[in-house]
Amino acid sequence: MCRLALKTASTPFSPFTVLTAMEAMQEGYDGSGLGLLLRGLKFSDYSYQAADPILSGIAHSEAALHRLNEFMQSQGYELKYDHEFEVDFAKIEAKDRFRYFLRVYKFPKPVAKMAQEQREQAMLRLRLTLRRNGEDHGGDLTVFSFWPDVATIKEVGWPMGVGEALGLNDNRIKSRVCMAQGRQNTNYGINLYACHPFFIQGIATMTNGENTAFIPIKEWLTGVGVEGYLGYQSDSEVFAHILHYVTKVLNLPLPVYKHVITPLKTEELDKHPQGDFLKGLRNVCRRLIIDGPNAVIGTLPDETCILTMDHKKMRPATIGGKPGEWAMASEICGVDAMIPDRDRSLDFQPMRENTIVVPPHRKEFEIWSQFNPCPLIQAA
Amino acid sequence: MVSVQSLPVNPSSLTYHDLPWIVQHREDRCTLCGRCTSVCPTNSIYLTYRRQRMPKVGLTPTTPALDQRGSAYRTFMGIRQNTDLTRRCIGCGMCAMVCPNEAITPTPNPNDPRTPFINNQKGEPYTRGGRRNDRNSLLDRIAFNRISMLTDPALDAGRHEFSCNTILGRVLPPQEFLRRQAAGEWIPPTREIFPFIIGSMSFGALSPNMWLGLLQGVAYCNEVLGIPVVMCTGEGGCPPWVLKSPFLKYIVLQIASGYFGWDEIIRALPEMQCDPAAIEIKYGQGAKPGDGGLLMWFKVSKLIARLRGVPEGVDLPSPPVHQTLYSIEESVMKMIQTMSMAWNFKVPVYPKISGSTSAKSVLNNLVRNPYAGGLLIDGIDGGTGAAYNVSMDATGHPIASNLRECYLDLAAQGRQNEIPLFAAGGIGKNGNVTQNGMAMIMLGASGVHIGKYIMQAASGCLGNERNRCNVCNLGICPKGITSQNPKIYRRLNPDDVAQRVAETFMSIRTEIKKIMAPLGRSQSLPIGMSDAIAIGDKDVAERLKIKYVC
Repeated sequence: MCRLALKTASTPFSPFTVLTAMEAMQEGYDGSGLGLLLRGLKFSDYSYQAADPILSGIAHSEAALHRLNEFMQSQGYELKYDHEFEVDFAKIEAKDRFRYFLRVYKFPKPVAKMAQEQREQAMLRLRLTLRRNGEDHGGDLTVFSFWPDVATIKEVGWPMGVGEALGLNDNRIKSRVCMAQGRQNTNYGINLYACHPFFIQGIATMTNGENTAFIPIKEWLTGVGVEGYLGYQSDSEVFAHILHYVTKVLNLPLPVYKHVITPLKTEELDKHPQGDFLKGLRNVCRRLIIDGPNAVIGTLPDETCILTMDHKKMRPATIGGKPGEWAMASEICGVDAMIPDRDRSLDFQPMRENTIVVPPHRKEFEIWSQFNPCPLIQAA
Repeated sequence: MVSVQSLPVNPSSLTYHDLPWIVQHREDRCTLCGRCTSVCPTNSIYLTYRRQRMPKVGLTPTTPALDQRGSAYRTFMGIRQNTDLTRRCIGCGMCAMVCPNEAITPTPNPNDPRTPFINNQKGEPYTRGGRRNDRNSLLDRIAFNRISMLTDPALDAGRHEFSCNTILGRVLPPQEFLRRQAAGEWIPPTREIFPFIIGSMSFGALSPNMWLGLLQGVAYCNEVLGIPVVMCTGEGGCPPWVLKSPFLKYIVLQIASGYFGWDEIIRALPEMQCDPAAIEIKYGQGAKPGDGGLLMWFKVSKLIARLRGVPEGVDLPSPPVHQTLYSIEESVMKMIQTMSMAWNFKVPVYPKISGSTSAKSVLNNLVRNPYAGGLLIDGIDGGTGAAYNVSMDATGHPIASNLRECYLDLAAQGRQNEIPLFAAGGIGKNGNVTQNGMAMIMLGASGVHIGKYIMQAASGCLGNERNRCNVCNLGICPKGITSQNPKIYRRLNPDDVAQRVAETFMSIRTEIKKIMAPLGRSQSLPIGMSDAIAIGDKDVAERLKIKYVC
């Protein structure tokens, strides 16, 4: 079983806080992996500019690292900061890790001058090129994300163990948003790319549970012709891609995500003020209906955090916290570990129709219901 | 020795032992009531008196004088079987059904019958109705084995809510949908329907009672049970009262190459209270590819003649192709557009073709046609009311690989959500209708059409895959399902048929849930969920791109 934890706070905090939540929820996973995604980064030894892209990944050999360096140079990316993890390799299960990299680059001038959309595309392509490069060389280079203000760390092992091995408790790296998922894959092989959270163009999601509609969704996304819809070493990767498709390709507002992945029934839509539109949307996005017991936790580039459930609410998830600091976790003990000093009576467990949103201001969280109209649909 | 010339034997002579079905009659139980002979649709049995000689042969020492030797005679009565080919036993078993004493039953001939060698008398090959007569079913061998054991609490088929419906009609790519929505442009019509559809059987092929029963049952499913079942008319139109009724929305109107019944339909257009579920354009049929529909003269009653706008008692063979058109591309384009226009672009229009190695070309053509609302592919195991035996047995393409290829072709283009594919032909041929249908759905079908199964389940059709009965073409259907003779079709009570239709669809719905629950699916029909199915045959697994298990 997978465990999820997310903390978002106005003041940057150490990812180790979130690892303590994973430790609290330890009964629920098997230690086959940990994934961390950080946004709103702050380094103790570097003054980071949030617009600079950060490349996260693992070089499994010296040769791979050299290739990476050469490639980035050839593309005109100037290295501004290279975060040195103080790795205790003895504590890492896998033996083919040479270097965990988390590097801040400066955009080459032509890329910097590009329109936002083109630049995003350029970053996606660069990540995919590096990924392919690694795959072409026997998997010696793994790249998780390349995006401003996003760092991703993934490794096989117990979350706390991995955190200690990578020295994440030294406060050298902090963030305003941290997503963590324990156990990396439900029903496919163990593979670093199969580890949650999944990332595409600034959008990241992680999930617990199994996505039983994976194959039809995957086949559809693969055929839809959007760059970056690949991988699928895990059945949960499609959640990130659907969020990307809804918000970036279809340019629909965030509340529509829930209507796409778990649409309402016809009888319910008959009574919905936007029923006709939503029925049409359900038809055309039918292949994107998820069908597992899942809680999906996602984050967007503006540090908005969302939490939503499968249609039957078959997975638990809780949000709790206080203004300026919120935590979401698949188990209440996870929330307790991240924000112990909160009013627990204000915790909320979303039901099947809800999407929980913590906006970037973090003053409060919002509860959206599918039964309410989405004010932004007409604009779309 | 009897002289050879006096033996009544010619090349086509048969004994009861040469026939496919042998009537076993127990004289010790027979009451000579005559019910069996009167119900037999082919008059293959008759009541007869026979005389048996009882020789008196005095061979023992106590034997009286020679003049007391001679013959005595015993007379006995009983049921005998005709060996005339046209009146052969068809195995329907009506005799056994009506016999008060279980004294008679047809049994399949365990020996190889000789009829296949001589059933082409007068140069006319064997024609019949029914099915392919092949018990093998690939779909029966497909099992659902991606059971969610790892992380899921199992779904409860009895208590959870399941969404089992499918979409009929063109589905736009999401971006195009949003663009048209914003621009206020036409969005193709779609219907949310139950994925098991009553396949096209014409009003003409079916008796009025059968048709009425089906319609009643379908209406009950929709209006009371909440199962949105639709049924297709087949070629030959639809009774005018149905066309003008609110039940039309449960009906898929078929247009085929004979255009039978379309005068009535066009005339009824202004008076229609609602739109039909869809329009099906038949280009081909799985049971007899290359043939048009065929209604034999026996079945062209007064009612049928009026509906179809033809004289009574004439054969009604539809041409194999839509004669007015030059190619299927042109035909598909023109007819789909015309039909769409007739209902103001508010009714999905889709073609039905025979399973064929060229199905993909038709599909690709449809993908580029903005008005096409789907594609129905009918495989070789489909049934028909009348066809040449050779067409039924040996012409056509099995549905599974045909549909799978088409689905994968669409998937490769990212368009598998756009043109829904429907499959027909052999779904439920051995009774496992939900298993077969769901296997097809997981191979990529959006739904399946069932014809024979519905006849068997809802109206007690006696046909099976061993050539039992199969006289739908002759209008002598012993159950009154495919007869236009009131004396016969009165046997079928429409209310009973309606009840069986409802029972059948209720049970299919429950079985769908029982299949979906362990797979962890409940939110949407698992179309194309090929990872959920497997078969214990490597070659088939490879061809269908599903898992091989053993």
